[in-house]
Amino acid sequence: MKRIALLGMPNTGKSTLFNRISGASARVGNWPGITVDLLSAKILIGGHIAELIDLPGIYDLHGFSEDEQVVRHFLTNNPVDLVIILLNSSQIDRQLSLVLQIKKLQLPSVLALNMADEAKQTGITIDTESLAKALQMPVMQMSAKYGDGLPKALQAATKIINQNQPASDPQVISRLLQEDNQIEQEMDALIQYHVQIPTTLSDNTTDKIDKILLHKWFGLPIFFAAMFVLFQFIFTVGKPLQDGLAWILHLLRINILAPLFVSSPSWLSGLMLDGVYNGVSTVAAFVPIIVLFFLVMAMVEDSGYLSRAAFLMDALMAKMGLDGRGFVMMLMGFGCNVPALMGTRIMRSRPMRLLTMLVIPFSLCSARLQVFIFMITALFTAKQAPLILFSLYVMSFLTMFLTAIFFQGQYKNSEPFILELPPYRFPTLRQIVLRGWQEVKHFLIRASKFIVIGVVLVWTLTNFPSNVPPASIGTFAGQIGVLFAPVLDPLGIDSQLAIALIFGFVAKEIVLGALAVIYGLQGDALMAQMATQIDWVQAMSFMLFTLIYTPCLSTIATLKNESKSSAFMWLSIAWSLGLAWIVSFVFYQGARWLGF
Amino acid sequence: MQLLSQLKIGQQAVIAAIEAEETLFHRLSALGFRVGKPLSIIRRANFNGPLQVRLGTTDVILRSTEAARIRINTQSD
Repeated sequence: MKRIALLGMPNTGKSTLFNRISGASARVGNWPGITVDLLSAKILIGGHIAELIDLPGIYDLHGFSEDEQVVRHFLTNNPVDLVIILLNSSQIDRQLSLVLQIKKLQLPSVLALNMADEAKQTGITIDTESLAKALQMPVMQMSAKYGDGLPKALQAATKIINQNQPASDPQVISRLLQEDNQIEQEMDALIQYHVQIPTTLSDNTTDKIDKILLHKWFGLPIFFAAMFVLFQFIFTVGKPLQDGLAWILHLLRINILAPLFVSSPSWLSGLMLDGVYNGVSTVAAFVPIIVLFFLVMAMVEDSGYLSRAAFLMDALMAKMGLDGRGFVMMLMGFGCNVPALMGTRIMRSRPMRLLTMLVIPFSLCSARLQVFIFMITALFTAKQAPLILFSLYVMSFLTMFLTAIFFQGQYKNSEPFILELPPYRFPTLRQIVLRGWQEVKHFLIRASKFIVIGVVLVWTLTNFPSNVPPASIGTFAGQIGVLFAPVLDPLGIDSQLAIALIFGFVAKEIVLGALAVIYGLQGDALMAQMATQIDWVQAMSFMLFTLIYTPCLSTIATLKNESKSSAFMWLSIAWSLGLAWIVSFVFYQGARWLGF
Repeated sequence: MQLLSQLKIGQQAVIAAIEAEETLFHRLSALGFRVGKPLSIIRRANFNGPLQVRLGTTDVILRSTEAARIRINTQSD
């Protein structure tokens, strides 16, 4: 099988081109010599089946960032038949250096100049024929976004593949990489003779938009307003979809699954229906919101606004050892922690990425909000309610800042904050949908594994031994509740609430259901019952603990997957549990001491 | 000669020297910061936030600590 590598600088539309060539057939794969996953797809080219690999966007083959090392290690460990180099036409004066570096490695290459339309608008004209002669490789202008010029580029690629030259020798590449050359001079000469760039760029739409969006005083308020509108959009559109899906899943259970298990032993139907099916459908009901979330985020990211948000917030974030991009992820976490954790991939420095990932689980996500609204309605007056909810949001921010300040020494950021500010671009629908779909697919694969194991465990704990009522003190879960009593009693959390907290470890969505099972009541009756069993100080302590301790199994799974470190995952769990305990303890004992 | 971090908004300058360790130097040169290249500052974020610098066809944002590693000549020098 032939192997084709796709290579280019960040923000050149590499992923767009990859998606366009491969359709939606991409898969994540492991490669010799590197630890990160790369996207690849099988494509048919000139009668050969070839594997197309999407390498990370890099500025320089000789750089020291994680991505640059990944590309270097890939090329020095894997033979390659062809490299498709993608450049941004309107920045060719700078990006040509990457082409020359690849050329020095004597890899068979095709140069695709993307964003031909943008270059045209800014008045840049590139003589592709003479440039091709000078570089001794095919040079094509194209638009990955709209597909213009793609057939021509693929033709050139096919021609090289059909020549059946031997694939690159990783050892030779390794040797050549060490010989750094006078690339800069060569680059200047090429630009001087083959490219014309006007002294001032004629297209200034981006400048005009930036004058408003990056305004000294209005920039941040506009940013917050925009974020608020986006979240509002996600949840107004997503909530009915979620309710609808939950309803369908419920009907499926009553009408198809329940009759199916009617004759099987009660432990099996209990395990399958109350355990596996309930757990999985709880997660499945969240899929519409996740899909919307990713679609919106893909749009924001591709538009170029994310780099602007980073610019606006960087001064404050720098004081906590984070940078502007970290703030955007914290905001994302208020919807759902999982995509926010996955979003930290845009950070190139590992310490900064880890610090951001440690902070995100404290974002008051929509699942926790659901628990809080229920508890607040049950135990506080309508007048107090908004204030209590607001204080929980403040608490969420405080714990995030505290965590960042506390750990910033451990995760010293070695990387300087230098970001390219791309011009505003309108992403196409196809681009957004493809991006969104890939993220959703990965989320589902990961979440499903974890949730099934988690719910089976919880179901077992609350249903055995089988001679006592489910979820009562006599069950294993009840026994664990009693076991934790010495730890949780000082927080005002009784053994029944403790069982709910154990449920909450799997997913916060289950907390309400758990309370319903434990008290054997639903809706208003449950609220009334809880109001007689616990007072507001206990309720607040319970809510603080729920806010701060580990959000859910999906978040933990994502933490482990993204950090590729179990130790980091355990650190995050231990820190959040410890902090939750201390905050609840201080609050509960303090309130009692003050006479409440 | 002055530092990039001291350059006024809208003023033109030419890079005179880059004083950075290898990692930062590589990163800067990959983004187009090279001796002799003209540049200008478009805006600064509030509260001593990052600078937006324009080099040729590229806009880059960087913190003033990094900008202080780049020496520049303004036209008046």
